[in-house]
Amino acid sequence: MKNKADIVIIGAGMSGCSIAYNLAARGAKNIVVLEKSFICSGSTGACGAGFRMQWGTEMNCRMSKFSTEFFEHANEILEYDGDIELRQSGYLMIADTEKELTQFRKNIEVQHACGIPSRMVSLEEAREIVPHLNTSILSGAAYCQKDGFLNPHKTTDAFYKAAKRLGVEFYTFTEVTGIKVEKGRIVGVETNRGDIETRIVVNAANAWSQGIARMVGVELPLYSERHQILVTEPVEHMQDPMVMAFNLNLYVQQSPHGSFIMGRSDSSEPRDLRRTSSWHFLEEMAKTIDKVLPPIGQLRVVRQWAGLYNMSPDRQPIYDKVEGVEGFYVAVGFSGHGFMFGPVTGTVMAEMILGLEPSIDASRLRLSRFAEGKLFTEPSVV
Amino acid sequence: MDENTIICRCSDVSLKEIRELIAQGYVTYDEIKRLTRIGMGPCQGKTCGQLVLREIANATGRSMSELQFHNIRPPVVGVKLHLIAEEAERNEE
Repeated sequence: MKNKADIVIIGAGMSGCSIAYNLAARGAKNIVVLEKSFICSGSTGACGAGFRMQWGTEMNCRMSKFSTEFFEHANEILEYDGDIELRQSGYLMIADTEKELTQFRKNIEVQHACGIPSRMVSLEEAREIVPHLNTSILSGAAYCQKDGFLNPHKTTDAFYKAAKRLGVEFYTFTEVTGIKVEKGRIVGVETNRGDIETRIVVNAANAWSQGIARMVGVELPLYSERHQILVTEPVEHMQDPMVMAFNLNLYVQQSPHGSFIMGRSDSSEPRDLRRTSSWHFLEEMAKTIDKVLPPIGQLRVVRQWAGLYNMSPDRQPIYDKVEGVEGFYVAVGFSGHGFMFGPVTGTVMAEMILGLEPSIDASRLRLSRFAEGKLFTEPSVV
Repeated sequence: MDENTIICRCSDVSLKEIRELIAQGYVTYDEIKRLTRIGMGPCQGKTCGQLVLREIANATGRSMSELQFHNIRPPVVGVKLHLIAEEAERNEE
């Protein structure tokens, strides 16, 4: 293992790999990525694989559009020898209350101002898009054809391989045990496999980022929460878009392989980094799917799993350089959408670290917004 | 053994594909799973698990008992979601 690096990134999920690639692509050298398990072993590897531009804040609309446009060409840009399996088969957002429908209308105005091709759809049209949808319990829907899914493992692998080709070194099964600070600036990182001298550390550990920040005496305003997903046996293709509902609390997509992948949130989930499966989730998920998309209830669940959301107070990430600890950067608090924002994360952080002109203004996502009381809560999060 | 032998019957993954990934440095079951879908199908690795672990062991010189299989997660066998929903509602009554 190297004992000296210009930049050390902690975490090799989507964020860490994208930051590494974007730094190297802009000419940065001597970059090391430390991962305590294997590549994509954390939140990215357990995510629901969707990406969407149907957000309720202008910031998220702009960032997701940037990411989507990247994903559309990611195989070529990253010169990937595999396929990230991008499919723009849409997101159908369904509402069962007037309140939620009003929120959709407001969101669409924000989306249109950003050039996102979303629209309200009638229940009849929603049924044309997803024939097995139980529209009798719904009040309306919104749709964007350009939303969709891509394979999180392959996408992260594409960034990882591209970064590696540009000279980035990845050390897996290497856990950061401490960060050395002298006179208010980072001077090195300690791991279970030896120490690395460095003046720049990027905390991209998402669910585990609070622990990393505490190593330099910084308390991040975040908590990590378990979220669960289940997958069914594969069946013939029957559903194009992701179906998502905030009030009914579900998201469900049919993977290219044919299995249905679905999840929902639960505010009573543990916040202790546990990633076990619960019976309660299985029951609640089964009841929800049986009600909203009854034919899918006839499929067999073959596995459930869990991953961690790294929740921030306004459910938006933090991209910043931390005041008081020179050389310490954070790309954390993704609140469940770190995978789909990966291209933006890498771009914003690389430009910030290298002092380049930002190609997307993410200054509102600074860490100090919480202390300043300048939160801007994203209304549309599962 | 013929390299076209199917190792994962749920997702049609051949021995050749597994060996290529191992040669590229993906030497944990979980990494190979995420890139090929082995162990993600209805059998949940009950068929392919040992075969893939043996390939990793042979290639890396590590013993199979040192290698990690994926997390065992519920359910043990496939169950219709509707039946789980029905049972959950019956218990609530």
